[in-house]
Amino acid sequence: MQIEFNLNGQAVSADVEPRTTLADCIRNDFGQTGTHLACEHGVCGACTVLVNGEAVRSCLLLAVQVQNDKVVTIEGLSGDELTPLQAAFRKHHALQCGFCTPGFITTAHALLSHEPDADEDRIRDVLSGNLCRCSGYVPIVEAVLEARSSYRDSGSK
Amino acid sequence: MKPPIFEYALPSTVAEAVSLLASRNGNAKVISGGQSLMPMLAFRLATPELLVDLKHLKDLGAIRIGEDGVRLGARVRWCDIEGDARLAVSHPLLAEAIKHVAHYQIRNRGTVGGSVAHADPSAEMPGIAMTCDAQMKIVGSAGTRIEAAADFFTGPLQTSLEPDEILTEVHLPAWPAARRWAFLEFARRKGDFAMAGVALYYDLDSGNRITDAHIGAIGVADRPIRLTEAEAVLNGNQMSDKLIAAASAKARQSIDPPSDIHAPGAYRAALVATLLGRGLKKSAA
Repeated sequence: MQIEFNLNGQAVSADVEPRTTLADCIRNDFGQTGTHLACEHGVCGACTVLVNGEAVRSCLLLAVQVQNDKVVTIEGLSGDELTPLQAAFRKHHALQCGFCTPGFITTAHALLSHEPDADEDRIRDVLSGNLCRCSGYVPIVEAVLEARSSYRDSGSK
Repeated sequence: MKPPIFEYALPSTVAEAVSLLASRNGNAKVISGGQSLMPMLAFRLATPELLVDLKHLKDLGAIRIGEDGVRLGARVRWCDIEGDARLAVSHPLLAEAIKHVAHYQIRNRGTVGGSVAHADPSAEMPGIAMTCDAQMKIVGSAGTRIEAAADFFTGPLQTSLEPDEILTEVHLPAWPAARRWAFLEFARRKGDFAMAGVALYYDLDSGNRITDAHIGAIGVADRPIRLTEAEAVLNGNQMSDKLIAAASAKARQSIDPPSDIHAPGAYRAALVATLLGRGLKKSAA
């Protein structure tokens, strides 16, 4: 099936089997491998991307379902410099092996874009859908708490 | 890549969706958010020939609130319910229960219709439908029919939906402002499927006696159930610690939950008694 959507600001098209997940499409058809796949059935959160600004699991979405939608992956969140959210992760050692990090960053970015004043309970609630196996949850929460100010300053809703 | 091979269709009307389903003799499935179906496909527990995506059926995405209650379109997502401030008054039990559904990313995609049609015995929305005597609106080749939740859920992941039928709306009857209620569930990690959960509501008569008690339980049987024996303990009586203890004990005796890798049946039965006791206390506070 022919599909067209916007990937990280670029209009893209691909010919995919209907069963292709959005995650596989992003990785295999467009070579953007920052979106990580682990469980492939909606448990781990590693494959989280933004579709029309909302955090979703790209393994639980078919590529054919994002026709005409706007998809942003970890590659689309920063240019050459680290974003304040990424810098906060680095500062707080909020990653070790880094496998889960793209999912945490995209999820936290979606949260803070909509709710820049999210408190620690809300942050923990939202991040509860992402697994980290290096036991990084405490520094991850600290990093997201610190990054809130940059989302308030930028006036993003 | 884990899902099996299937075709994909995007109908623009419910009638078109129904005829697509009817054309495959039971080998087609409806998809919307896909948050239950995609894992089923990944595990190949479901292997449909055709997926019929309801994406273009915008009418099914509305939350309608009127004098006769709350009507949730099949495509209403958990985040839509969370974001609808009217529901805190129009159906506080629903609003509270939906806070427990899955995780952030899934709440942005998962739908009322998907959860109810999937009929996981541990899921919150089927539990609320069962507790609140919801009426299901179902459209199929033979026309539209309305079915009570009690008849809709027929077993584990099983409903009365025919292969050519689509659940289009869940209607929760009107909620009196003074109604008492509680929703409690227990899961090892918030957002995961509950080991057990209890939804309850009741009204009080002029003598402060409980009337019309409804108690639903999830995660303790092959489908969401009502704890009618515990309801009978409550009805006609004033709330007291003694009554709560009696209702909790009756609830525990009246169920026989299955054992699985998550918990033994006896533990789940004890959980229901504890959750019911806490819920009744909370509702009376």
